[in-house]
Amino acid sequence: MAITYDERELGPRAAAEAKPRDHALPTTQAEAIAGDHDEAGYYGLPIVLPPVWTWQIPTYFFIGGLSGMAAVLACAALFVAGDPALVTAAMALAGVGAVLAPVLLAWDLGRPARFLYMLRVFKWRSPMSVGSWIVTCFGAAALPALALCLLYDAAASPSAVLTVLRAAAVAGAALFGALLATYTAVLIGATVIPAWSVHRTLLPVHFGAAGLGSAAAALELLGASHPALNAVAYVAIAVEIAVALRLELAHHGVIDRPTRHGKSGWLIRSGGLATGPLALLLRLVGWRELSALAFLLGAALSRFGWHAAGPASANDPRATLALQRR
Amino acid sequence: MSIGDGPSGPNQRQHDAMEAGRTVGFFTDPTLCIGCKACEVACKEWNQVPADGTGFTGHSYDHTSHLGASTWRHVKFVEQDLPRGHQLAGPMTGEADDGGAEPAFRWVFLSDVCKHCEVAGCLEACPTGAIIRTDAGTVFVQDDVCNGCGYCVVSCPFGVIDRRDDPLPGAGGAYKCTFCHDRQAVGDTPACAKACPTESILFGPLDDLRAHARRRVEQLRDQGFEDAQLYDPAQTSVRGTHAFSLVLGDPAACGLPPRPQVPTVHLRPAWTSALLTAAAGWAVAFAAFALL
Repeated sequence: MAITYDERELGPRAAAEAKPRDHALPTTQAEAIAGDHDEAGYYGLPIVLPPVWTWQIPTYFFIGGLSGMAAVLACAALFVAGDPALVTAAMALAGVGAVLAPVLLAWDLGRPARFLYMLRVFKWRSPMSVGSWIVTCFGAAALPALALCLLYDAAASPSAVLTVLRAAAVAGAALFGALLATYTAVLIGATVIPAWSVHRTLLPVHFGAAGLGSAAAALELLGASHPALNAVAYVAIAVEIAVALRLELAHHGVIDRPTRHGKSGWLIRSGGLATGPLALLLRLVGWRELSALAFLLGAALSRFGWHAAGPASANDPRATLALQRR
Repeated sequence: MSIGDGPSGPNQRQHDAMEAGRTVGFFTDPTLCIGCKACEVACKEWNQVPADGTGFTGHSYDHTSHLGASTWRHVKFVEQDLPRGHQLAGPMTGEADDGGAEPAFRWVFLSDVCKHCEVAGCLEACPTGAIIRTDAGTVFVQDDVCNGCGYCVVSCPFGVIDRRDDPLPGAGGAYKCTFCHDRQAVGDTPACAKACPTESILFGPLDDLRAHARRRVEQLRDQGFEDAQLYDPAQTSVRGTHAFSLVLGDPAACGLPPRPQVPTVHLRPAWTSALLTAAAGWAVAFAAFALL
C-alpha cells in the first residue's frame, strides 16, 4: 500500500497537525515518489506558498468593483445626462462600498487594529500600498459626494457652491472608483501565483468589466431604467464573453488547470456563463432585472473563483516550474 | 576561509559586520550536510519559534516539508537515481553483489532558508514598510510595524515568508528568518550556522562566501560531482541572493525555482491594462449617457 500524506489514511487530526496550513499535496505525489523529480520538483511539494486571504478579499473585490464603477456611472449621469435621482442612487451604492471596503480589508488583516499602518508610506512598487491609498481616496471622495448629493436633492434651489462641490466630489469619486475596480486585478496579477500572473493583463479587463456591469445591474435592480444602463450592461456582457473565451482558449498547459478544473474552475466558468451568455440571453428577451441578477451573481462567483485559484495554483509545483521553463 | 576551520572558522568567531555595515550571507553546501537538522532545532530554540506539526510525510525523512511562518530552516532530503561523485564503495554505487547492474543512488541533504534576495519580493510588496533591508544587507520583518496583510506571502518567489494565524503579542503575523538579527547585533553568528556540525551552513561576509563557493564548486567537479553548481539566481529579476547554496543537478529537484522572478516584473503590463480599462470604463459610461 502506498503511503500517502493525506487525510484519508492519517485521519483529519494527523493531517492537520502535519502542517498548520493546507499545503494540499497535488496529484503528482505518486509520480514524485516514483522519481519524477523534473515534473513534480521536490516530492510534489509546493514551491511558492498559497495566499492566506480568506472570503473577505473576494467579497471586497466584488464590492469594490461594483461601488467604484457606480461612482463612474454617477459621474457620467451627472455631467452628461443631468439625472439627479440616478446620480444619487449611484453615489449611494458607491458610498455603501466605500464603508464596506475598508471593513473587509481590515477584517482579513493579521492585526486589524493596524489597518491605518497601510498609510505610513506610499510605495509605487507595491499594488497593496497603492490600492490602500486608492481605497482611502475613494472613501474620502465618495462619502462627502453622497452627502452633497442628498443635500442637493433636498434643497429647493441648490446654491452654486453646493452644485460645484457636488460635481467635484462625484468626479473625484469616479476617478478613484475606476481605479478601485481595476487595481485589484493588478494586486493578484503581480504575484508569484502562476494562474494569476499569467493573466496579469487580462484580469484588469475582466475585473473592470465585471465592476461596470455590476454597477449598472445593481442600479437596474434598484429601479433605475435609464436606457444608458442597458447599453453599459451590453458592453460589460460583451467584454465578459470575450474574457471567458480568452480563458477557455488559453494554452498555458498545467498553469490553466485552476481556471478550468476543481472548485476554482467551476466558480470561474459558472461565473463566466452567468455574466456572459446567460445575462445576454435574459437581456435580449427583455428580462432586464433577471439579467442584472445573473450578472451580479456571476461577477461575485468569478471573484471567488479567482480567489480559490490562488491556493490551487500555488500548491501545484508543476505550474510554478512550467511558468519558469517557458 | 576554508572547510574544517572548526573553532577558528567564521561560524564560531565573533564579528562586527553589523557595525561595519558589511554585507553578510549564508552559503549552504549540501555535499557536507548530514541531515541532522541541528540548524532547524537551533533556529527554533533561539528564535522561540512555535512548534508547527509532528506529522509523518511518508516520502522521506523530511517531516518538516516546507519553510513557513514557524519554520525558518528546513533540511530537504533529496533521493536521486544518480551517482554521488566518484564514490566507489558502498551498496549504491551502480554495482550489485552478484556483479549485475544496480541503479546509482545518491542522498542529498540541503538546509533551506530565506534567501535574503538582492531584490526581495516581500520587501517590495510590503505596504506598511515593515519589511526592511538591514545594515548587514539582510531582509528583516519589523514585528511592531507589520499588520499581517499577507501580500508578502504571494510575493516571495521562494515560498519563504508566511503569515501565522496567531501572531505573537505586539506582532503583525508575517514571519520568516531574521538572519538572527539580534545575535548579529552583538557580534554573534546566526544560530543555525553556529550549530551546524559540518560547516555545511557557512556564515560570513558575502564576498568571501562567494569566492569560497566558486572554489568549492571547482573542487567538487574535480572530485566527480559533474553537476555541482551554485544556486544564486543573479540572472533573473531577483538579482542574486544573500543566502545562496550549492546544488547538485537540477535546482527544481530540491524544490528551488529554476528561474525565480520578483513579481514587480508584472507591474508595468498589469498597470497599463488596469489604467486603460479604467479609462475605457469612463468612456463607455460617458458615451452611453451622451448617446442615449
